[in-house]
Amino acid sequence: MRMQRLLGIFSSPKWIQAGFIAAVFVAWHVLTLSGRISSLFLPSPGAVYAALTQIVASGAVVQAIGTTLRTVLIAYVGAAVLGTTAGFAITRSQYLCRLLEPLLSGLFAIPLTLFFPLFLLFFGIGPGSKIAYGMTYAFFPIALNTISGVIHVDGKLIAAARSMGAPPHLLFRRVLLPGALPVILTGLRIGFFICFATVLGGETLSSISGLGHEVANSAQLMDSSRMFAWILVVIATSFCLVMLAGRLERLRGDLRGGESR
Amino acid sequence: MPTQRTAVSSQLAEVADPWPAHGGEPETAILCVEELRKNALSNSRDASRAGDAAIGIRGVSKSFGDDGDDGRLPALQAIDLEIRRNEFVCLLGPSGCGKSTLLNIIGGLLKPSTGEVFVNGRRVVGPLPRDIAFVFQEDTLLPWYTIAQNMHVALEFQGVPREERPERVRAALEAVGMSEFARYYPHQLSVGMKQRIAMSRGLSLQTDIVLMDEPFAALDEQTRMVLGEDLSGLLEQTHKTIVFVTHSLAEAVFLSDRIFVFTARPARLKSIVTVDEPHPRRPDFMTSDKFNGLRNRLYGLLREEIREAVRQNV
Ligand SMILES: Nc1ncnc2c1ncn2[C@@H]1O[C@H](COP(=O)(O)OP(=O)(O)OP(=O)(O)O)[C@@H](O)[C@H]1O
Ligand SMILES: [Mg+2]
Repeated sequence: MRMQRLLGIFSSPKWIQAGFIAAVFVAWHVLTLSGRISSLFLPSPGAVYAALTQIVASGAVVQAIGTTLRTVLIAYVGAAVLGTTAGFAITRSQYLCRLLEPLLSGLFAIPLTLFFPLFLLFFGIGPGSKIAYGMTYAFFPIALNTISGVIHVDGKLIAAARSMGAPPHLLFRRVLLPGALPVILTGLRIGFFICFATVLGGETLSSISGLGHEVANSAQLMDSSRMFAWILVVIATSFCLVMLAGRLERLRGDLRGGESR
Repeated sequence: MPTQRTAVSSQLAEVADPWPAHGGEPETAILCVEELRKNALSNSRDASRAGDAAIGIRGVSKSFGDDGDDGRLPALQAIDLEIRRNEFVCLLGPSGCGKSTLLNIIGGLLKPSTGEVFVNGRRVVGPLPRDIAFVFQEDTLLPWYTIAQNMHVALEFQGVPREERPERVRAALEAVGMSEFARYYPHQLSVGMKQRIAMSRGLSLQTDIVLMDEPFAALDEQTRMVLGEDLSGLLEQTHKTIVFVTHSLAEAVFLSDRIFVFTARPARLKSIVTVDEPHPRRPDFMTSDKFNGLRNRLYGLLREEIREAVRQNV
């Protein structure tokens, strides 16, 4: 009886997830203890922890997170504004949709990483190049989802609104925007994580500050404890962002109340 | 995500004008119609009945698809008809023959391939929200708004001043006995309730002409009858011209002044059946010999066409 209840508790997803993380740490610890892996490739958890306290105490962590998040935020806001605006503008004309939608999809399929050197050339080694790079990458899913969202709004609703004389601005506010919103929000979420990943990637490739820079820099100095400490910081940051995004989405669901999905 | 993107391109060809930037009619033209309507309303029902046509359809044909396309589908062929003021007419024809298409052309939502439509003597080139209200075949309530908000938005679309809207929404909901559901979202209502709301939304727009595309199709037999009686009574009180699409022969006879019978696709006008019986009609009309005779006549007219339509669709 008791046993079963205990089993019930520990088989809940939360416990299994926590168990998985604990297992990774234990495996990590055992592997480094065995001494069969060079500490250059895999430093011990203790060494990483020491490096972590050191970078936290020096204030480097706060500074790097600040730089990266500011870069991501600027890039993302730019991408969100440009992406949704461009998306809506394109749906104003069927011709533009037919012309630009495949073009945007095609461009999005190209690994833009190839053009990162170009961004460096244009915008320098500072945050500017990362902003432009992140903004460009995040623009595509946002614009594409905006187009898709508007196009998939039920044509019957549009016909009904037209028959009642809806002028374009009301058609937009009452029908197209609310109808397209779920798909647009999906685009905005995807765009955000692409933006974050892209900025970090850019910082890792070439930069003077930020989380990506710290990881790459530690690697270059062969200070792997420090590098792992920075990676843990990055993981913690992304985890917080994912939580935040989930929170925001649930908040929106609550605001929309009894509505069907 | 990739699936979504491909869906966009495939959908593009089908969705016509996803965000139409039509500007509506010039203000002056609308004023003219207001004048016309005032005149019309000042006439008594019988006087206007004898008079001018509310809707004139001259040589209207419609084909879907591009010119010279193999898949070009003729839906309407050379339709000529007139609908008088305050008249209740039914469009009857086999499924898929083009009734909804004709209704959409009358309402200015579709352009005819050839021919012209006149509403209140004016050529139709786009939607006429002040003259024509639609009740569509499908559910067209906005799912993200409550019932009351939906009614409100309809009036907003039509350009009714903000101050007038709450009272008109309240009255319209009360008229169909749906006041207590004002704060519900459409998905929380039954199909029949939604259709009643859609009908009351159409009527709340206070247009002279209401185009109804099988508004009762989703309802059970009993509810249909009751709503049909209501509609017949309503026609007597308000001076409206109603064009009604239905598949029910009984409904057509019970409601109509005249019934336009169409052939299988491409729809041509096959026959006009007149129902000479004053409104509002009582349920006992349905058991009369006259009623049965008319219904049998309609069935006789439709039989061949239904067979043809079935043959087309296999
Ligand atoms: N937008 C469109 N593009 C292409 N074909 C269409 C379009 N709309 C309707 N059609 C075709 O035109 C024909 C007539 O359609 P319509 O909807 O007018 O028929 P209906 O008489 O209203 O049928 P039902 O009684 O089943 O509602 C059908 O064969 C339909 O497939
Ligand atoms: Mg139809």
